[in-house]
Amino acid sequence: MIQLREGPGTVICLDALGSVMEAASEIGMALLDIQNVCHAFGGLVALDSVTFSVFPDQIKAVIGPNGAGKTTLFNVVSGILRSDTGDVLLEGSPITGLQPYEIGQRGISRTFQNLSLFAHMSVLENVMVGCHCRTRAGIISSALRLPRHRRDERQAREKSLEYLAAVGLADRRDWPVAELPFGQRRLVELARALATEAKLLLLDEPASGLNTKETDDLGQIICQIRDRGIAILLVEHDMSLVMDISDSIFVLNFGKPVAEGPPTEIRSDPEVISIYLGGDFDSVTD
Amino acid sequence: MQRHPIIPIVALVGAIIAVQVTATLSGREYYLTQLIMSAYYTIVVCGLCLVMGYAGQLSLGHGAFFALGGYTTAVLTTLDFSSGAINLAATGLGRGLLKVGILVAQTDLYGRDFVAFTPWAAFIAALLLTLAIAVVVGYPALRLRGHYLAMATLGFGLIVYRLLLGTEWTGSADGISSVPGWHILPGVVICGKSAHRVKNYYVAWGLVVFVLSFIVNVVRSRTGRALRSIHDGELAANAMGIHTAGYKLKVFVLSAGMAGVAGSFLTHYNGGIGPSEAGAMKSVRYVTLVAAGGMANVWGVLMVGSVLTFLSLRGCFGSMDHAVFGGILILIMSFAPQGPLKPLGDFLSRVRSACRRAPRDSAAGRPGDGDLPGRLG
Repeated sequence: MIQLREGPGTVICLDALGSVMEAASEIGMALLDIQNVCHAFGGLVALDSVTFSVFPDQIKAVIGPNGAGKTTLFNVVSGILRSDTGDVLLEGSPITGLQPYEIGQRGISRTFQNLSLFAHMSVLENVMVGCHCRTRAGIISSALRLPRHRRDERQAREKSLEYLAAVGLADRRDWPVAELPFGQRRLVELARALATEAKLLLLDEPASGLNTKETDDLGQIICQIRDRGIAILLVEHDMSLVMDISDSIFVLNFGKPVAEGPPTEIRSDPEVISIYLGGDFDSVTD
Repeated sequence: MQRHPIIPIVALVGAIIAVQVTATLSGREYYLTQLIMSAYYTIVVCGLCLVMGYAGQLSLGHGAFFALGGYTTAVLTTLDFSSGAINLAATGLGRGLLKVGILVAQTDLYGRDFVAFTPWAAFIAALLLTLAIAVVVGYPALRLRGHYLAMATLGFGLIVYRLLLGTEWTGSADGISSVPGWHILPGVVICGKSAHRVKNYYVAWGLVVFVLSFIVNVVRSRTGRALRSIHDGELAANAMGIHTAGYKLKVFVLSAGMAGVAGSFLTHYNGGIGPSEAGAMKSVRYVTLVAAGGMANVWGVLMVGSVLTFLSLRGCFGSMDHAVFGGILILIMSFAPQGPLKPLGDFLSRVRSACRRAPRDSAAGRPGDGDLPGRLG
């Protein structure tokens, strides 16, 4: 910063500053670090030395053809599967081998490709389940309606309504979740994931089954979430959505990392085009 | 859904009082005997409802937990601890227990002197033992997803039944009789004497009200949401930071504890207990009562459980007990699979929503609503 004021050589200094910042973020500031993660199902190598990072305030997309290992990667990060080798670090501390609920408590939440809402609950209750790990009331205080229970309930309710409002579903709070149209159920799931107060959201194909307008709305909501300071790791097949909102894209093919970079770079990466798309990129995005 | 359930609880208390007054005034107080017994069985069924209906875990061992509670009470209050192989009274510990009044020297019906535990101590021991065994049975089974708990508890129930049948000091096939009354409060004795019937009626149904409000409160809380989320999608619940295995174990142990408490009380009331209480058919009956009551519907389970158990105890189904019982259950399952109270509740909510039709319609008219008509059901 001091050098910037000196005038001469500003360009060089800016470059230097830029690379220093980049280096700093690569060394210490990553929210999620995936280091050399390998996972095999018997003889099938689903993830082969996958290494990348997600930074705070970043939307990172993982793309790749079917069977590239994207869902396996999600399952490893969220603790459903355990990687054979390699480490997953959240804010520098390893979360490899933790149970899914422990990872959820530490600040990673997720949505599911095929929706996994609690079908017998109302919209609001679904989101309130997300508040579970940020409240403490136990069986006894609930059974006896102790002050802690009342405080927790009020807090969970208010926050859930806030998150429902953030995805535009505040007026549906008392609906049975099963009666909502598919697109809105996706948003409920997103609100539920937000309610865990996660630092990182894993979104597994959030646009699948949505129409164009709903996909556009979803893209806006995802950007708003990022702007609130929540990092997002996204698996998605809708290329126009990925190109629109991602800050960085990571490409997988048969479990192997192929490329990583901002959308403009990935869009023109010849390897990505040949391996993943097998043709002209712009024809797909249009 | 967010209404406070205080009104139905008050209504239940009113109904309990009304039944007693009616029975007494019409000179049919003897009905209360079966009502008291059915109250204790209803506690088991309501506890099982918490595990089955809300957390979605099937237990086929609640009869065994009931028997564990009952037998612990019966053994500790009737076995002579001052002679034979277990001469506890002669040890230093026994003398200490005698001094503080946990062990008491007494005389039984036949004039035999013996030393046994007081009912309160036996009750606490029964509760703790039931809880401990529930942890041992539930811990391994509930770490897995699926029907492992049903298998484990079924096996456990069969083992308990065989052990009770083959053990001399639990009375083998005869069970244990001459269990003394329990002075639970000043002037209130849990025993089968007709002079104490009305008080016992209120103790039993008071316990039902307590257990029921406990369950109703838990279901509508953070814990209840966690349990129901486990039922609907264990993987998703886990991803939301809910320690699913821990909750399943907690609620199973809690429910087993309720069964143990009921067993302990009923053993004092009946003055004895037999091995059939631990039989697999008993456990299956509890499960079917929960299913017929509508699973995740504790009020329906309470209704069905108490009424059917009462009729069965009155002998209304005669020697065809199992068949009539099964027939009624099939009828309920066919015509009101969510419990007999559900159609009534639906009717009431239809009436209510008819009164409020206008505001709900305007709330539903959100833009984009018609974009995906009926997609994926």
